[in-house]
Amino acid sequence: MAVMNVNPTRMELTNLKRKLITARRGHKLLKDKRDELMRRFLDLVRENKELRREVEKGISEANQHMAVARSVMSDSALDVALMMPTQEMGLEVEEKNVMSVMLPVFDAKLKTADENDIYSYGFAFTSTDLDDAVKSLSDIMPLMLRLAEVEKSCQLMSAEIEKTRRRVNALEHVMIPKYEETIKYITMKLDENERSSTTRLMKVKSMMLEDARQKALAHDREVAGSN
Amino acid sequence: MYKIAAMGDRDSIYGFASLGVSIFPVDDTTEAIKTLRRISESGYAVIYITENLASQISSELDRYNDEPLPAIIPIPGISGNTGVGMKQVSRFVERAVGSDIVK
Repeated sequence: MAVMNVNPTRMELTNLKRKLITARRGHKLLKDKRDELMRRFLDLVRENKELRREVEKGISEANQHMAVARSVMSDSALDVALMMPTQEMGLEVEEKNVMSVMLPVFDAKLKTADENDIYSYGFAFTSTDLDDAVKSLSDIMPLMLRLAEVEKSCQLMSAEIEKTRRRVNALEHVMIPKYEETIKYITMKLDENERSSTTRLMKVKSMMLEDARQKALAHDREVAGSN
Repeated sequence: MYKIAAMGDRDSIYGFASLGVSIFPVDDTTEAIKTLRRISESGYAVIYITENLASQISSELDRYNDEPLPAIIPIPGISGNTGVGMKQVSRFVERAVGSDIVK
């Protein structure tokens, strides 16, 4: 791993050490976040698959009834029967915060008070198969709403997990090793400087001692000569 | 107050009208994309779309992946279940985990 391009100074070292501690803490937190998101996500996905199987079964059932109704009734009669719905479905949408991912929560509201008020036609000119089709769709509707909620949540969570996973990996495999390498490099450089200055001092001292000895010798000789 | 929409070929979604879901029958993809853009901006929180249509305009649907609303949910149409919806769920798992581990 490449060493960062920094001056090997004590101040830089302190800064880097502080950054390394922050990176390690961020890495730990993000890893915890990823694990918790993953746990919830897998639960949700299992529910999602289960719901999807049920909803798909219910819809194909309703479609079968619809096909029969279509074959026994004329197109125009069917159009008239379904043209003006009595029921209107609205949704209250709330948001739920799961590990800082905003997940939608749907709450269906019907316009008319009676939730069985789903037949928008008189029974005189329509086939019972149409009733069955509408009834089976209405039975499956709460499940379909739950499916919408769960599937959207799964979608949003998978995006968040992907993002978090990338961050964790970047910290673990790029940032933290880079900081560690650089800290090591600066420490070694500083130690090296210290050693070289020690040897320099030792050398200077020995030179000074030698100098003083020579001077003392010369002085002695001078004194001996004058006598 | 948000509303619910259903999109696809007319036969597949007609039944939903009686439940109070707004239906938008579309036949070709350009019309579908136009309709989708229009209704996604006019207060629909959930849009059910037939699997056939969803697979035709999947690149358009991807635009809504990271938006909190609307939720676009593929459902089987009258021609039967094509498995697009299930595949989409598997794709979520692949995106999050790296491979599809939930069977």
